[in-house]
Amino acid sequence: MEDLKKFLTDRVLLFESDTLPPETEKVLSRIRREKADKPVIYVSSGTSAIIAGAEKTFSSIKSFTDDIGQPVELVKVGCTSPFNFEPFICIQLPGKNKLFFRNITEEKVEPLINGLLHNDINKDDLAGQQGTKGFELWPGIPFLDEIPFFRRQKRAVLNNCGCYDPESISEYIARGGYRAFVKAILHYTYEEVCNIIETSGLRGRSGGGYPTGLKWKQALNTTSASRYLICNARESDPGGFTDRTILESDPHRLVEGIAIASYAIGATSAIIFFRKGSLHALNRLQKAIDQARDYSLLGHNIFSSGYNLDIIIRQEPGAFVCGEETALISTLEGKRGMPQLKPPYPTASGLFGKPTVINNVETLMNVPLIMQNGPEWFRSMGTETSPGTKVFAVAGKGRMSGVVEVEMGTSIRSVIDDIADGIKDGKELKAVQMGGASGTFITSSNLDLAIDYDILKEKGIAMGSGGFVIIDESTCIVDLVRYYMEFIRGESCGKCIPCREGTGRMLEILDSVIRKPATEDSGTTLERFKGVMQLETIASVMKDTSLCGLGQTAPNPFLSALENFREEFEEHIFDRKCKANICRGLRTFSIDVEKCTGCTACESKCPVNAIYGTRLQPFFIVEEKCTGCGICYDICKFSAIKVK
Amino acid sequence: MSKDIESIIKQYKPGKREELIPLLQEIQDKNGHLSEEAIVKVGKFVGLSTTKIYGLATFYDQFRFIPSGKVCIRICNGTTCFLNGSRSVINKIREETGLSAGQTGRDGNFSYEIVTCMGGCNNGPLIRIEGEYSTHVKPEQIPDLIKKLRFIIEND
Repeated sequence: MEDLKKFLTDRVLLFESDTLPPETEKVLSRIRREKADKPVIYVSSGTSAIIAGAEKTFSSIKSFTDDIGQPVELVKVGCTSPFNFEPFICIQLPGKNKLFFRNITEEKVEPLINGLLHNDINKDDLAGQQGTKGFELWPGIPFLDEIPFFRRQKRAVLNNCGCYDPESISEYIARGGYRAFVKAILHYTYEEVCNIIETSGLRGRSGGGYPTGLKWKQALNTTSASRYLICNARESDPGGFTDRTILESDPHRLVEGIAIASYAIGATSAIIFFRKGSLHALNRLQKAIDQARDYSLLGHNIFSSGYNLDIIIRQEPGAFVCGEETALISTLEGKRGMPQLKPPYPTASGLFGKPTVINNVETLMNVPLIMQNGPEWFRSMGTETSPGTKVFAVAGKGRMSGVVEVEMGTSIRSVIDDIADGIKDGKELKAVQMGGASGTFITSSNLDLAIDYDILKEKGIAMGSGGFVIIDESTCIVDLVRYYMEFIRGESCGKCIPCREGTGRMLEILDSVIRKPATEDSGTTLERFKGVMQLETIASVMKDTSLCGLGQTAPNPFLSALENFREEFEEHIFDRKCKANICRGLRTFSIDVEKCTGCTACESKCPVNAIYGTRLQPFFIVEEKCTGCGICYDICKFSAIKVK
Repeated sequence: MSKDIESIIKQYKPGKREELIPLLQEIQDKNGHLSEEAIVKVGKFVGLSTTKIYGLATFYDQFRFIPSGKVCIRICNGTTCFLNGSRSVINKIREETGLSAGQTGRDGNFSYEIVTCMGGCNNGPLIRIEGEYSTHVKPEQIPDLIKKLRFIIEND
């Protein structure tokens, strides 16, 4: 172990030239498992894989290969595939291309490995093959990057995900890791690093799209004695899982990115503000930091460069508003996480009054790549004003869901059609929701827009942190808007009145829209109409006068839904109908006399005793009493209950 | 119990406000909740009044002031799970346990929490009980699940 560490430090990290001598490369390729004398089996081990049962698959492979006495190397890697493919495993026989298999649950392990050892491949579970030159091709098997989910992706930030063991620093170094950082601290000044990032045109990936190099320079050009770098890995959006997947799959690159960024602004301590609840990712990240410290990549006087750096992890105590920069700083200072007025911006006066740069995970993941490959390489991807790639968490009603990466400039339609592979169960697309709880709905008229900060901004669409939820026709948009509003209402910090009161009032009104009042007399109807007319006013006041981004963007889902689906709102308000049959309060049920057998199942379960009848005769529902809970509908075995 | 809190406090530097949240987090990790005693002690240690500590701790949803149940059910209510019907699952759990999110029953058996996105979106609605995930949960499975859990707790 010590030998390996010494070898990697002296012969790889501290090696003068960029190209390594062939004998070093030979050792590295062995570490990368390119030259293996026994089969290697990679099992994905991210949260989504564990949910699908990857741990059981892992132990079952282990016990099976032990039983038959077949020597294999078993490796736990990060996630690379769509969630529908989990547990996803990859088998590499010596000298042959890697084969990928999907949905390998524990009972499938035995036939699969048995077959493979006798050259009989199970085509049903096969996803594809992948390999580099010098490896034998499997005839008649498609390449992994040709199948729908992968075909249109451009994996730069995610290129290590699923390829190496995230708990091993030696593998990361063997894949070219940490060399950019060592080169930076030994050969570049702070300013030079900032310049490289500025020329690359990297923009903050958290949604605002502020140029990263410029931000760093602002912090660097202050006269303060100490500065801080904060990595915002808080991600507690409903439907956001990009950061977690990255951290579970490639924690070392984030550590390297943080190290380079800290060096560029001259910060000696960096803090990772970590989301709560992702224990798996936290452990891997902590391990990565410990290993980097062990390799002297962090600590005092790193590689005699005179630069000191330490990275600590702080867990967020659970408040959505802490994603806002000033609120995040308040939390780290041990106060209530409430936003402050800007300016001063954190780059001038941030944590403990010192200049502070806050970058999110995806931004920092790009940094080592730019330092390795040069700013021109980065500029060659994407569009003129938004170079590079963007990572999205594709979820919802698409056929595939998972973490994907596309080049900037790709159209939104292409993400839906090519990557998510269309909509599940042959339904129609209704909208795409981008940007998490305060994002906007994009309907079919805007699907051809390119993913680019400026183009989307022009249309009033925020890219957000990478949520990409596909919504199909079976979704009620009013109900969804209410869901987002409920979330934001719960997370509003309460400091400024427009946000605190506005979110509560909007939720109340939306509630009255989707619920049936106790009595439908003129009073309540009038109340509802008055409320609805206020919605737009409240939204615009909140937009203009809220203190921070949370309140300013809170009405976004409502406003964009109203713009695109006005008729659906009107249907709820005036006709009291929900087309998608989601809003329970608006449903009315009736019993089909032909089909009802009088089994009394529904009658006994009805919570408000709205169902009457005689045993073995058709029953009926008293509409005035019915609250639309739908229990009778769920329980009826003869599908005799109809929804109006 | 009181010894525990003191031994945790000892690892931190006194009078440093920025250590307050990690300190409270560690106490909660070890004890499951923040007791009144813990808050008073932390207040003395950091040099802040108890009301300030309460003010801070109640701001964040992580901190709880009553012990959680012997079994804590975590339900995902991320966007995709919501689209797949997590709300009716949550309603059913509320009905069956008679609790709302974050509460613990008088018998101390159950508590449940609503979280946003566990990261298994195509398998939603998701439930996690003591590290074990259940996928594609339907509301009608909940009564049996609760019955089973109650049986396990009572015979433990």
